[in-house]
Amino acid sequence: MARYFTDEHEWIDLEGNTATVGITDYAQGQLGDIVFVELPDVGAMVEKGKDAAVVESVKAASDVYAPLSGEVVEVNENLDEDPALVNSSPEEDGWFFKMTVSDKSELEGLMDDKAYKSFCDGL
Amino acid sequence: MRYLPLTDADRSAMLEKIGAPDVDALFVDVPEEARLDGPIHGLPMHASEMAVEKRMRRLSKKNLAAADAAFFLGAGAYKHHVPASVDHIIQRGEFLTAYTPYQPEIAQGTLQMLFEFQSQVAHLYGCAVANASMYDGSTACWEAVAMAGRIARGKKRKVVLSGALHPHYAEVVKTMAKFTDDEIAHARPAMQAAPDNEGLIARIDDDTASVVVQYPDILGRVTDLAPIAEAAHAKGALLIVVNTEPVALGALKSPGEMGADIVVGEGQSIGVGLQFGGPYLGLFAVRDPKHVRMMPGRLCGETQDAEGKRGYVLTLSTREQHIRREKATSNICTNSGLCALAFSVHMTLLGEAGLRRLAMENHRLACIAADRLAKVPGISVLNDSFFNEFTIRLGTDARTVVRKLAKQDVLAGVSLGRLFPEHADLADGLIVAVTETTTEEDIETLAAALGEVLA
Amino acid sequence: MSAPNASGWKPGTPVQDHNAMAGPDTVTGNRALMLEEPLIFEIGTTETTGVDLPEPQSGSNRLGGLDRSEKIGLPGLSEPETIRHYTRLSRQNYAIDLGLFPLGSCTMKHNPRLNEKVARMPGFADVHPLQPVDTVRGALEVVNELAHWLIELTAMHGVAMSPKAGAHGELCGILCIRAALEARGDAREVILVPESAHGTNPATAAFAGYRVEDIPANSDGRVDLEALKARLGPDVAGVMITNPNTCGLFERDMKAISDAVHEAGGFVYCDGANFNAIVGKVRPGDLGVDAMHINLHKTFSTPHGGGGPGSGPVVLSEALSPYGPLPFTARTKDGVVHLVEEENAAEFEHTKAFGRMTAFHGQMGMFTRALAYILSHGADGLRQVAEDAVLNANYILRSLEDVLDAPFGHSGPCMHEALFGDKGFAEDVSTLDLAKALIDEGYHPMTMYFPLVVHGAMLVEPTETESKAALDQFIGALRSVAERAKAGDESLKTAPHYAPRRRLDETLAARKPILAWEEPNPPGGAPSMSEQDGR
Repeated sequence: MARYFTDEHEWIDLEGNTATVGITDYAQGQLGDIVFVELPDVGAMVEKGKDAAVVESVKAASDVYAPLSGEVVEVNENLDEDPALVNSSPEEDGWFFKMTVSDKSELEGLMDDKAYKSFCDGL
Repeated sequence: MRYLPLTDADRSAMLEKIGAPDVDALFVDVPEEARLDGPIHGLPMHASEMAVEKRMRRLSKKNLAAADAAFFLGAGAYKHHVPASVDHIIQRGEFLTAYTPYQPEIAQGTLQMLFEFQSQVAHLYGCAVANASMYDGSTACWEAVAMAGRIARGKKRKVVLSGALHPHYAEVVKTMAKFTDDEIAHARPAMQAAPDNEGLIARIDDDTASVVVQYPDILGRVTDLAPIAEAAHAKGALLIVVNTEPVALGALKSPGEMGADIVVGEGQSIGVGLQFGGPYLGLFAVRDPKHVRMMPGRLCGETQDAEGKRGYVLTLSTREQHIRREKATSNICTNSGLCALAFSVHMTLLGEAGLRRLAMENHRLACIAADRLAKVPGISVLNDSFFNEFTIRLGTDARTVVRKLAKQDVLAGVSLGRLFPEHADLADGLIVAVTETTTEEDIETLAAALGEVLA
Repeated sequence: MSAPNASGWKPGTPVQDHNAMAGPDTVTGNRALMLEEPLIFEIGTTETTGVDLPEPQSGSNRLGGLDRSEKIGLPGLSEPETIRHYTRLSRQNYAIDLGLFPLGSCTMKHNPRLNEKVARMPGFADVHPLQPVDTVRGALEVVNELAHWLIELTAMHGVAMSPKAGAHGELCGILCIRAALEARGDAREVILVPESAHGTNPATAAFAGYRVEDIPANSDGRVDLEALKARLGPDVAGVMITNPNTCGLFERDMKAISDAVHEAGGFVYCDGANFNAIVGKVRPGDLGVDAMHINLHKTFSTPHGGGGPGSGPVVLSEALSPYGPLPFTARTKDGVVHLVEEENAAEFEHTKAFGRMTAFHGQMGMFTRALAYILSHGADGLRQVAEDAVLNANYILRSLEDVLDAPFGHSGPCMHEALFGDKGFAEDVSTLDLAKALIDEGYHPMTMYFPLVVHGAMLVEPTETESKAALDQFIGALRSVAERAKAGDESLKTAPHYAPRRRLDETLAARKPILAWEEPNPPGGAPSMSEQDGR
């Protein structure tokens, strides 16, 4: 399993043809207390760089863009009940959705762990 | 000027502090050619309180107040007795001159009131959650249609409007739909004893996002909404129920109980008064809490303060324009706060027992009026069922009759010709509303006056 | 620092441990005049009523078999209990009647009580919107006269009176623009909005079906004219500009902006939220504006009422007037004022209306108040309103710019509001902390974090109805709090200490929303939220 990062502070775990997507620890820290996550419908087709989810704190709502193109196959229903998971476990239990990857070439240009860390350090 | 506390000495001292030679120097950024040299054309100079009051009173006297007439108008606005306490409370400066409660630590009065108001409306409508109010019933109706569109995520475009929806409400929906590409299916009202539910259901299809039904409807008829809700849900559409007379829900089953998904309405009857059409009070509620985040408008919620004390805040604000900007659920910013307070105070004075009595008194007098008017030669009562408003047919142009009677200080009702001027075959219809303010003597006066003019 | 009080009394530094000062806890939870009040659902019962109504009599029932048999769950209180409940609640509110309310862009000024009296005259308050027009000519005259003065004050051509609030007015104006463009077969897709705009602007444009693009600001806080010109083109339907803008500055280039937009075939919408700064001094029509809403609750001082009702008439240029919505009033040569609706629109040569925005004729109760206000002030008074509002704001700006960062202090005088930023505050102290400390000083905070273009923005609008003494006391209080913010006073972060409630947990409210009273034991009827949603 490989983990990729985007410059929009999303992480992607790729397993076979399925990607699990969430936001990074850095992102949750910037957003503050998460109060709600609006997830896409299962079966929705998402397009790289376009809106896929919305993450809300008390005073802000931020769009989460699809890091890749494909079909949403599962969403993290635990976030409905407990959006604070995104704060407490952003890169594990607080995942957003799983999707198929229609074009693996879209993975090119994404960062690995190390590159993302130095990207954040530079912010 | 009595509203301006600065003295000339103050102004000079302040200009000195600012370092400006005169006040015009503060308007230096206004281009010279845009500055107005003289006074506004035709506007007199300032006037005393006494003079303004006198002038306004003269204009007021040119109107026939409802209390000075035998009064039977309804069709979306109703004359009810408002207890004196209501006006006293809404004139308390702490409510009247407060702002939207964005600083909850010093706005718990407004916030707790809104929480109570939301709860009252939710109970009245048989819903889970109501918002802190909208502008009025008609705009709330459009907002409900827009919300159903959001829930359908733009995949369904059709909105089925009942023909017996208030025509001004339908007009607002049609106006707004022109700009959103929603397709409005609107039938004309049929002059029948009961609404045409089968016809309505037949118009619901797989492309339907919402179905809008008024209850009681524009002709005063009441109908079981459950079959309509079932038919809508079978096609994946939401049922929006519009209520223009909240007092009715002290006697009639709530829309929520019958399966309505969004219930909206006009709250003016409780506490607000007629006011020539505004300000009024838009009520907005959803039956299923899962739809809350799709709702427009302000919401007040319970929470705790830093010492663990219960308190209230405006919440779920990320739906709203001040945070979401172009992605907000609505562009609405204000609500109808003071009218919501008036509603809430009146509803608290009534309580469930009082609301039920008020509703039954309205219905009792309406039944007396319907029976009495049915005896006037030439008049027939259309409705099988009604609450405090029903339609009669006069066999002649009702609008002309209404105008004639108005000269005798009898405000006989709302003619269908006024509401549906384009449908000549409705022209003999008159909507008659009867409330607790109507006396049996008023009913006699109306019957006699109608008898005379129809003879 | 001078004493904030005229009496010479100067408050000491707030005590760190306020509980030590507060005395023992009380049995009731009340603290003298600070009275706790339960919910009506906790003190009322469904059997209690404060209204005398006859017991239901058995008689005919034509409810179609739809009688409401389930319990509704509405609590009632007797009249004395009702008065006490709401009076106690009222005392937990800050209000203009209590003190200076410096909420920038919201214009919290004195609400004259004459206007309340006028609005309650039976001929205005007790008339039905569908009465035969011959019985409401006086009411129509009020609407028409107010409409007339709004047109005169703005040098515009027409006015739509029906919009129910400012945002509704914005929508009305944008729909007029859209209708005018469609009438000439010119489909355009984009509305340009400055970054500093109020959130209703982009929300309105989106609601009307437009795509929203930002216009950048220049370094002195105004629209960047060259950037705007560069973006104009055949896809731009119009611009929405707030003038005076949300940084409290007059858009000097307004006329050039209008000319450029018109040149490119678009229309100019002006957000009139801040018209109070220029009323009687500047007429937007002279600056090329095509549509502008006027918040009657701001410029013409109808009460805010804890969040409405508002009223948002929209003045329109000659190009847009034909598209204004129904209904409206018109005075014929014989002096009679008519109500123009769908059926008689042709008689009044108004056949291009884009439709109807609301069921009836608009906010009559606000029209009577606004007209009484305009007549009270008159031509000289309205001008003085603008001048004093601007004078008061500049006095605050110049009295505090040595202690608070004024990002546009160099851009010339401000208009009716002074804008400050949080530069210079200790690292862990925020604008929010300062605002909450201002509550302890007996003030409602200023507008915070708006406009978005200034970090930690504080927008202070004193209005013209404050005396110099009131301004001096406020300046003293804000100066003191600002100094504490710069010094990193820890007690700011737990302020307010003396309000009816300490800081409220907004995260909790949003994560686990409780939006309606729940019976401790739900008796059937509507399912409670906890049952349905698993909360």
